Amino acid sequence: MRDIAFGQYYPSNSILHRLDPRGKILMLIVFLVLVFCTNNYYSLAVVIFAVVAVVLLSKVPVRLYFKSLKMILFIVLITSFLNLFYGTGEPIFEFWVFKITLAGINNAVFVSVRIFCLILISSTLTFTTSPTDLTDALERLMKPLTIFHVKVHEIAMMMTIALRFVPLLLEETDKIMSAQKARGADMESGNLVHRIKALVPVLIPLFVSAFRRAYELAVAMECRCYQGGEGRTRMKTLHLHKRDYVSVAIIILIISGVVLCNVFLPQVVR
Amino acid sequence: MSTIIVENLSCTYGIKTPFERKAVKDVSFEIQSGDFIGLIGHTGSGKSTLVQMLNGLIKPTSGKVFIDGTDIWANPKEIRKFRFKVGLVFQYPEYQLFEETVEKDIAFGPSNMGLSEQEIKERVLYAAKFVGLSYDLLKKSPFDLSGGEKRRAAIAGVIAMDPDVLILDEPTAGLDPVGRNVLLSQISQYQKTRKNTVILVSHSMEDVARVTNKVLVMNKGELAMFDKTEKVFARSDELTNIGLRIPQVTRVTDALRKHGINLPSGILTVDKAVYEITELLKKEGRL
Repeated sequence: MRDIAFGQYYPSNSILHRLDPRGKILMLIVFLVLVFCTNNYYSLAVVIFAVVAVVLLSKVPVRLYFKSLKMILFIVLITSFLNLFYGTGEPIFEFWVFKITLAGINNAVFVSVRIFCLILISSTLTFTTSPTDLTDALERLMKPLTIFHVKVHEIAMMMTIALRFVPLLLEETDKIMSAQKARGADMESGNLVHRIKALVPVLIPLFVSAFRRAYELAVAMECRCYQGGEGRTRMKTLHLHKRDYVSVAIIILIISGVVLCNVFLPQVVR
Repeated sequence: MSTIIVENLSCTYGIKTPFERKAVKDVSFEIQSGDFIGLIGHTGSGKSTLVQMLNGLIKPTSGKVFIDGTDIWANPKEIRKFRFKVGLVFQYPEYQLFEETVEKDIAFGPSNMGLSEQEIKERVLYAAKFVGLSYDLLKKSPFDLSGGEKRRAAIAGVIAMDPDVLILDEPTAGLDPVGRNVLLSQISQYQKTRKNTVILVSHSMEDVARVTNKVLVMNKGELAMFDKTEKVFARSDELTNIGLRIPQVTRVTDALRKHGINLPSGILTVDKAVYEITELLKKEGRL
């Protein structure tokens, strides 16, 4: 239950941890777009180089990254396998109705590398940014939407609470499962119907406790006179530092690298 | 009845992560059948992990647990058999209630054992009686009961499995003083009637002193002491060093002894103290 690596915060003191979360979110978006803009192996290499550099800079054990990659390995294998047959041109290899072309191989490589890069770079964001920083930054970034009467603060608050409750509810599930197992509940064997039925003794107490916690939290917030975003000041205000400007400069360098490679170096057959 | 033998038991959480932590380190002891054991220790000393290893909810990283001479992990598929033998009541057990009626909830354990309906019914009534739950509550929804009643219903759910060993993890936490006393005497009564092994995990030295005959002390995952209750509470300084204390009344009588008043050592309950002091005063002709 507790080894879900994707989306977990890993406390450390790397330069990436200290970057402004707003910047990190924007840079992530830029990067995601960039990954899909690559159209030859040179620009892909630039992106891979950047991703590896970011992963190493984050000072998060590489093992954790592999863990989050492992979860999507299956999807990557299937999509790249399908892409293998999805190319036009001279076949290199033929078998019955299957034709593998150079374009197909290229497609497969591009798809798998892109997905891996996506996962690695978004894991870096969650590994290096605490959930509260993340929602704080989102709130700030979405601020312009308030002119369309979007309740930005409320949305951010809901996200913070939801994120905070994930580990709590996991722990609670663990506890309730142990308690029911101690009463002889059998959750490991039997067919699908049996297993779903075996979940009832866990789910009902879990829902009850989720509602109880939500109610208690609401009361606690009211006791502190919480009334939403209007006129609310923050304990931690976000400031841009030199390192944030430097990181933006580096991103611009990477973008120009990719664009230059795309424009001046030969494209691959797709 | 059951003996429990624990050999070099260790448990480590989160192996190979930055959160790696040794919860229990190389613990060995032997519990005779019919013992009433108190398990005390500071928060995070490994008490809960230890008791969950005794009924096979947590698999030890190394070491073995024998119940009646059988290694409980010898055949992992049969582990449920030992969960029926060693009943474990968790902390705040009322959060595990889920059925429509109290009766059905208490019956959850026995029906998992595959007993006949007649037998289940008998066990539910007998367990409800043991914890002092009146029969008209059995048809109610467990969510309509009061806090103390919920707690009792949950404990009844484990007692109904008729385990040879009953482990209770802080059964009195969060109850009012009267509720604590009543529940504690019921557990004590249960142990005396059934003559089976009971392990009581508690932070209250007074509770432990009142009902147990032996005490296991855990400190930072290690077994610090395991002895008769009076002998453990005679080691006041050592207990203080590991962040525990002795019952208040024992502290008072120990202080009196230090001032040269001729009281016996190992007075653990207020009743015993009253008795010994009146005896002493009578002997000195002052009463």
